[in-house]
Amino acid sequence: MTERVAATPGLYPLPDWAKGTLSDLKGHQKGDLLSGDESEAIVEQYDEVRAEFVDDQLDAGLDRVVEGQGRWDDMIAHPLTVHDSVETGGIVRYYDNNNFYRDPRVVDDLDFSGDVARELESAERLIDGEAPLAATLPGPYSLADLASDEHYGDEAAFQAAIAEFLAGEVEAFPAHETLFLLEPSLVTNPPAEGAESTATDAIATVADATDADVVVQTFYGALGEKLYAHLVDEAGADALGLDLVAGDRDDTVYNVQEFGSTDSLALGLVDGQNTLVEEPETVAERVEWFESQIPAEGFDRTYLTPNTELFYLPANKYRAKLNALAAAAEVLD
Amino acid sequence: MVRNPEANREQFRPNDHPNDAFLLTTVVGSYPKPKWLNRADELVDDPDSKFDAEDLEEAHDDACRLITHEHERAGLDTVVDGEMRRNEMVEFFADRIDGYEFNGPVKVWGHNYFDKPSVVEEVTYDEPWLVDEFEFTSDVAERPVKVPITGPYTLGFWAFNEAYPSTEELVYDLADLVNEEVEKLVEAGARYIQIDEPALATTPEDHAIVGEALERIVSGIDEDVRIGLHVCYGDYSRIYPEINDYPIDEFDVELCNGDFEQIPTFTDPEFEPDLALGVVDAHTAEIESVEEIKENVRQGLRVVPPEKLTISPDCGLKLLPREIAYGKTENMVTAVREIEAEIDSGAIDVENPLDD
Repeated sequence: MTERVAATPGLYPLPDWAKGTLSDLKGHQKGDLLSGDESEAIVEQYDEVRAEFVDDQLDAGLDRVVEGQGRWDDMIAHPLTVHDSVETGGIVRYYDNNNFYRDPRVVDDLDFSGDVARELESAERLIDGEAPLAATLPGPYSLADLASDEHYGDEAAFQAAIAEFLAGEVEAFPAHETLFLLEPSLVTNPPAEGAESTATDAIATVADATDADVVVQTFYGALGEKLYAHLVDEAGADALGLDLVAGDRDDTVYNVQEFGSTDSLALGLVDGQNTLVEEPETVAERVEWFESQIPAEGFDRTYLTPNTELFYLPANKYRAKLNALAAAAEVLD
Repeated sequence: MVRNPEANREQFRPNDHPNDAFLLTTVVGSYPKPKWLNRADELVDDPDSKFDAEDLEEAHDDACRLITHEHERAGLDTVVDGEMRRNEMVEFFADRIDGYEFNGPVKVWGHNYFDKPSVVEEVTYDEPWLVDEFEFTSDVAERPVKVPITGPYTLGFWAFNEAYPSTEELVYDLADLVNEEVEKLVEAGARYIQIDEPALATTPEDHAIVGEALERIVSGIDEDVRIGLHVCYGDYSRIYPEINDYPIDEFDVELCNGDFEQIPTFTDPEFEPDLALGVVDAHTAEIESVEEIKENVRQGLRVVPPEKLTISPDCGLKLLPREIAYGKTENMVTAVREIEAEIDSGAIDVENPLDD
C-alpha cells in the first residue's frame, strides 16, 4: 500500500503585506539584499512571514510542513549568498525564468554556517508538533552550477566542497521527517557524459548527513535517461522528484519504466508557475495515471508536490495550490 | 523578410540637421518619473485626499509634456513621453485588454515585483490603448513621436495562461490585437512604432513564434510606417540571423551593458534591418562621456553603414535618477552629431570604423 504524502519543496512567495514592509526596510538594490546580518526589525518581519507560512500549511492540511524560505532573496542560491566565504557578483537570470539572483562567487573555504538550521529551529517552534517538519536545501549539483568558483579551481572539487558544506548544514538541522534537495540544474544543465557520478556522489554526501527521507527534487522537465539511471542507483535518495507538468512527461514515464525507480517517488503534479488551480480530483487522477504506467506493484511512498517552487505565484494562488495538494491526498485516501 | 527601412527613415531627419550623414537618434521609451508624479499616483488612492482622478490626469499630462520637451531639449530626433502614464510594461496593457485578471504582485528579483496578470478567457480588443497618449504627445512635440508597445510575445509569456491550450496561441491572438492598435495609431498619424519583446531574451528558442506574431502585427501596415523591435539583455546569437527574416525595419539591442562583446554576432551574415544600437548603459548611474559614447557608436558602424544606424540608450531609462537619464541622453546626441561630422569630413572610415 503506497502512502500518499502532500508536501512542497518550500520557497514560498512573500505575503503581500511583507513585500511592502521588507522592501521599505531593506531597499530595492542589489546591495540592499540579505547578507545574513539583518537588523532586529527585519528579523521580526521574517518571523511573522514564517508564522504565516506555517499557518498556511497547517490550515491546508499538508502532510509535511516546510519553513517556506521567505527570507531567501536569492532563491536556491541563498545558503551561499549569506556565507562569509562568498562575495556576491552581478544579477543573473534564474534558469530560463524572468527571475534573477545575485551571483555567489565562492572565494574561500566553505565552512559551517548554520543559517538554514536557525530558520528550521524557528519553524519547528511554530509548528509545535502539529505536523512533521520538512527541510529544503539546494542540491549540491545545482548550487555549484548556480555559483561561481573562485577558490576550489575545478568542477569536481567545487561540487564536492559544496556537498560537504551542505552536509554540515544538514547535520545541524533540528529533527525533520523529509529533506528536499532541489536539483533543477540536473534537467537544465546536466553533467557532461561521464561526469554523472561526480554529481551523484555530491548528492549522496548530503543525503548521508540525515536519517530523514531524502527527496532529490528535479524540475523544468524530464531527466536524461543515463543521468536518471545514475540518480536512481547512486544518489542515496529515498525518492526522486519528477516534474509531471512540463511537456515531456512521457520521457519521465519512459525513464521509470525502463530504468526502475527509487522506493518512493515525488511527483510534480500541480503547476508551480501558473495561477490556474488544479481540482483535487484532477491531481489525484494524475497520481493514479502515473502509478498505472509503472510495472512495479507500488511505491513505499508517493509525495504529491508542485512541479516547481511556488514563489512564482501571487500569494492567493500559492495558498490555493497548497489546498489542492492536501485535498488530493485526501481523495486518494 | 525585412520591410523597407530606406522608405521610412528619411522622414525623421530634421530640416535643420547639421550634417550630411544622419544617424537617427531615439530612446527606447521609459524615463524616470518626476517624484511629484509618483506622489500624485499614490495620492489619488488616498481616501482622505481631495486629489482625484481628474487631477491625476492633469498631472500625467503635465509630466508627459515635461518629458517630451526634455527629450527635445536633449536634441533627440524622435521623442517619447517617457511612458509617464504607464506603470509596468505588461500590467499597463493587460489592464486594457479584456481577458486578463490580476491576482497580486510576483517576484522578479530581490524586492522588485510586478503585478503579473492571468489570462482567464479569450483576449479581446475593447478600446484603444495608446491613441490618446500618442495624440497628446504629438500635439506638444515639435519632433516626430515614437510609440513603444509591449509586444504580444511578452504580453503572453509574462502572464499566467489559464485559458489557452498553449501560450503560442495566446500570443497570436494578442498579435492580432496589437495589429488593431497599430492600425489605429497609424490612422492617428503615428509613423514610428516600436514593439518591445524583452521576453524573447529569456526564451530565444521561440524566435519563430515572435516572427509569426510580427507578421500579424504588420499586416496591412504601409511601409512608410517604421516598425522597430526592441529585445534587451540576452544571448543574441540564439536569435541571429533569424531576425533577418522578421518583417521589421529596425532591430534595437542592448549591447553597451556587455561592452559590445556580441557585436561580431551581427556581422555574418549581413545584418538586414536597420540597427538601433544602445550606446549608453541603462543599468549604471554614471553618465558616460561624449568620447566614450562615440567609441560605442563606432561599434554600430561595424555592423551597418551610417544610413542604417539608429542610436539609442540600451533600454528604458526609468530606473535611473532623472538627472543621470538626461545627462546620458544629452551626451548621446552630442556624440552622434560629432560622429556624423567626422563621417562627413572623412575622419571616420566607415569601412573600418574603429580605426582612427
